[in-house]
Amino acid sequence: MIALFAEAPALPLHTAGPYVAAAYIVFLLVVLLYVWIMARQLISGSRELRDLKAQLDEREHTGAGPAGPAPVEQHPHSEAGPAEPASLEPAAHE
Amino acid sequence: MSTHVRHLRGLTIATAVTVTAALSLVFFYAPLEAEQGFVQKIFYIHVPLAIVSLVGYCLGGVFGLMYLRTGERVWDMRSYCAIHMSLIFSVGGIIAGSIWAKASWGHWWVWSEPTLVSYLIVILLFCTYQPLRFSIEDPERQARYAAVFSIVCGAFVPINFIVVRLSAAYVHPRVLNLEGGNLPGSMKLTFYLSLLGIALLFTTLMKFEMAAKEMRIETRRLRRKLLGDDAVRPLGRTASPS
Repeated sequence: MIALFAEAPALPLHTAGPYVAAAYIVFLLVVLLYVWIMARQLISGSRELRDLKAQLDEREHTGAGPAGPAPVEQHPHSEAGPAEPASLEPAAHE
Repeated sequence: MSTHVRHLRGLTIATAVTVTAALSLVFFYAPLEAEQGFVQKIFYIHVPLAIVSLVGYCLGGVFGLMYLRTGERVWDMRSYCAIHMSLIFSVGGIIAGSIWAKASWGHWWVWSEPTLVSYLIVILLFCTYQPLRFSIEDPERQARYAAVFSIVCGAFVPINFIVVRLSAAYVHPRVLNLEGGNLPGSMKLTFYLSLLGIALLFTTLMKFEMAAKEMRIETRRLRRKLLGDDAVRPLGRTASPS
């Protein structure tokens, strides 16, 4: 790889370099920001989903009916956090 | 495993490989353009971003049409994600374009240029898509109105593009045409690989977003099952498909 870069022609970075760098860095930042937000959502969502599945399995084993809101764990990074009133939604909206 | 997550790993690897290869060609293979020199390298990111975002808006319209035809919520979700991703890519494309304009024309923005202004109009038009969804509480109505909006605006995109191409006076260069354009072979190869890389990136990110949305829907369904339907609170407003 080092040999390849050594053979490659030098990039003329004197005047146009900052503009080209800025354009590519902006693109990279936009993509990275989006991926970071998406990764956070996916990680917290999968954790929440796993917890809910475990609670449902536990309830099916014990044979209990629907419980109150107490067993549902709210994760700090979840979209369904305490400040979000849309965290619990009726079946008609599925 | 969700249907959208299927093949996601392979797609992610293909995207990473293609984007890396495209960037290598841009900086170490494609020759310098005679007039603009090194600053022309922005072309390989700006044009693919603009093309993919415009195609994404049209795809949003096609998915909206599929939702109206079938009534399946997955088409509404696809339409939402395609338009959302297109908006993000548009922002990237317009910023890259502005930087290129500053470097080659001396101005960040030229208001008399039909290509630039029409692209901005398309972006602003689709910026109203999310507020429109958010303003409608009933999910069925929200999906239906959003589908109509995406079809009408999606149809506007190619019409707008054709009208601008017919425009007489412009400073924005026309690189591609029906005869294949006037790019030399090495530049053409680099450009098409960049276009493929950006298109793959669009598809991958869109599929990740759909996976996240499906997970949220599944989480809500399980929570309802756990709590019982009577124990849930009323639905709050949300712009995304629910």
